[in-house]
Amino acid sequence: MTNTEARDAMEHVSSKFGITPEDYMLPARSEIHMLDVNGKLHPSGQQGVEPGHEYPLPNPKALVDAYEQLVIGRRVNDQNSALVRQGRMAVYPSSHGQEACQVAAALCLDEGDWMFPTYRDSVAVMAKGVAPMEVMAGFQGDWHCGYDPKQYKVSAQATPLTTQLLHAVGVAHAAKLRGEDTVVIAMCGDGATSEGDFHEALNFAAVFNLPVIFFVQNNQYAISVPLSQQSVAPSLAHKAVGYGMAGERVDGNDLVALLAVLGRAVRLAREGNGPLLIEAHTYRMQAHTNADDSTRYREDAEVQSWIAKDPVTRMRTYLDEAGLLPEATVERITASAEAVAKTLRDGMNSEQVPDPADIFAYVYSSPTTQMTEQAALLADELAREEDTK
Amino acid sequence: MSTTVITSSAANGNVSAATAAAAARTADTGLKPVTFAKALNTAMADAMALDESVLVFGEDVGVLGGVFRITDGLTKRFGNDRCFDTPLAESGIVGMAIGMAMNDMRPVIEMQFDAFAYPAFEQIASHVAKMHNRTKGRMPLPMVIRIPYAGGVGGVEHHCDSSESYYAHTPGLKVFTPATVRDAYLMLREAIDSPDPVVFMEPKKLYWSKDQVDLEALRVSHETSAVPPTEGRAAIARPGTDATLIAYGPSVSTAMAAAEAAALEGRSLEVIDVRTIVPLDDATICESVRKTGRAVVIAEAPGFASVSSEIVARIQERCFHSLAAPVLRVTGFDTPFPAPKLEKYYLPSVDRILDAVDALQWEEGA
Repeated sequence: MTNTEARDAMEHVSSKFGITPEDYMLPARSEIHMLDVNGKLHPSGQQGVEPGHEYPLPNPKALVDAYEQLVIGRRVNDQNSALVRQGRMAVYPSSHGQEACQVAAALCLDEGDWMFPTYRDSVAVMAKGVAPMEVMAGFQGDWHCGYDPKQYKVSAQATPLTTQLLHAVGVAHAAKLRGEDTVVIAMCGDGATSEGDFHEALNFAAVFNLPVIFFVQNNQYAISVPLSQQSVAPSLAHKAVGYGMAGERVDGNDLVALLAVLGRAVRLAREGNGPLLIEAHTYRMQAHTNADDSTRYREDAEVQSWIAKDPVTRMRTYLDEAGLLPEATVERITASAEAVAKTLRDGMNSEQVPDPADIFAYVYSSPTTQMTEQAALLADELAREEDTK
Repeated sequence: MSTTVITSSAANGNVSAATAAAAARTADTGLKPVTFAKALNTAMADAMALDESVLVFGEDVGVLGGVFRITDGLTKRFGNDRCFDTPLAESGIVGMAIGMAMNDMRPVIEMQFDAFAYPAFEQIASHVAKMHNRTKGRMPLPMVIRIPYAGGVGGVEHHCDSSESYYAHTPGLKVFTPATVRDAYLMLREAIDSPDPVVFMEPKKLYWSKDQVDLEALRVSHETSAVPPTEGRAAIARPGTDATLIAYGPSVSTAMAAAEAAALEGRSLEVIDVRTIVPLDDATICESVRKTGRAVVIAEAPGFASVSSEIVARIQERCFHSLAAPVLRVTGFDTPFPAPKLEKYYLPSVDRILDAVDALQWEEGA
């Protein structure tokens, strides 16, 4: 049975843009950006105007809403890093410097859409609506995933790299078979593009013509290994053409461009035009985790050069100069960020004691005989410990 | 003790001899014989007819009906959305099935051969097995991974592995392996109904074995819960009093042939068919061993660090004072599965099982 659906979709969408399918699949000649490093809007002729790669400016309200999430995201990263330093949280992979990507990944989705985040995407998970302390359960060491993925339509944050991309494909496939218009954003980093599952996920999504946005946050390093050691492709976005899907590169520290590019990608996917691969260039400003020492593999000058491209500063400057940040708005945004930070501090201070019996409770829908025996052994051991206290 | 009454073909664990022995045991019920393959095929078709969320996919399972034809006719009957071919990528198949199960489908996927499932091992061990636990039960994964496994068909390398121990060793997976036509139907229906993920291991040498089974009657029994579940319940495939043979999947027919041969010599062997390796039915196994006082565990997989070693350990822990002899094993050697012309030397045979039974210290026990 010859499968023509994906090919037909490519023909259809590219002809709408008046270009060939190949030109539609190839990323624009340079990454899409809208704000320069000083927060000035690029002249409209430089905002991504190649045929098939046109990106209109998002509306002012969307920009201010996104900025609020950006400020919250930065506050969450800083607060959690502080909590780790104080020994009140076990581990936190910070997305400091990548907050624009985090925020855009969540805000481009509708309520019924799914997100498949990695361990570094806590800010995106919160921006999608998951309660902050439910996100933190895993980093606190209470349980692997503290939220209900079905309730929020956010998968458990993936620790093995890349495996989640295939789950995203499956969720989209199930929805498509039922005739639902769900879109799924599947997130990964630059290192993950080397994994076999990256290839399999993109290929499956393309072959089955599924509404999945593969969103690669290229933060230049996989722990210590630089991108040049992962891939020598012209860009990660160029890999899309190998699967018969569209790819695009975007400035990952430019929230305006991210909203425009991801917003359009979601729209195209929802219309049945198949998956897209979006690569955002950004930078992990801090070490991989608190257990890492990034001075061993990257130069301070490089880190400094990225401070100048900070996504929060750029967005604030732009909105301020556009008159979109009156004092009252600034105060409101600061207050929301402080409220989230307080939730995190208070949550970390109230020590949760996980129940040892839970070790056995969720392995299967009901415990096996063997597990029930082992649970009884542990319960007995704990009871005897209690007696000797 | 002599084993000379065994015919040479049965002594080699010959499949047709074992099947013939099994057929001889089955009383003629006037029903048309059904193959193991047909029972599996019908189980999937019945489940698909009952529940629209049941989907079948994998490599060559669509128009072709699978390399073993187990999915024959499903695409034609249910359409290409319900039974379809995927790109050739096992991790992709399992990973996509996970996502589908997350989104309220019940995928039944096929790994074409035992050793071809290894590219999917990360998805199976890290996600299929752990999603329910990771999410405190909020994200169950009702899915079935069907794997044709084990030898006895003259298959080339990578087509004959007994890989059940990998899955049984991974908490969160259930591992089923039927040994009869009836169980092939009922156990696959149960696996598809299960809220937990099931690795469903199909002994490929049994695909063409036949039995007089009324699949329509089984369908009704299953759908009205008129039959007891097989999960966690071993079957007494043959009652006996002198020693217990414990086997599963492809080894059950060999154990049955051995018990048949032993009976001719006046020795009564009980044969236990484990049926579900996970969850394991300690109670039935131990009850039998306490009764007979002697046991041999039979499996095709290499014995080292295997399901067979687990069963022996559990018998020793639970039945020590009832044992008249050490528990022995007849398993595959601790080598890679041999080339086709050598597999007869590798596979547990009737002769080897009878030798093991002979070694169960009968003199002291008498």
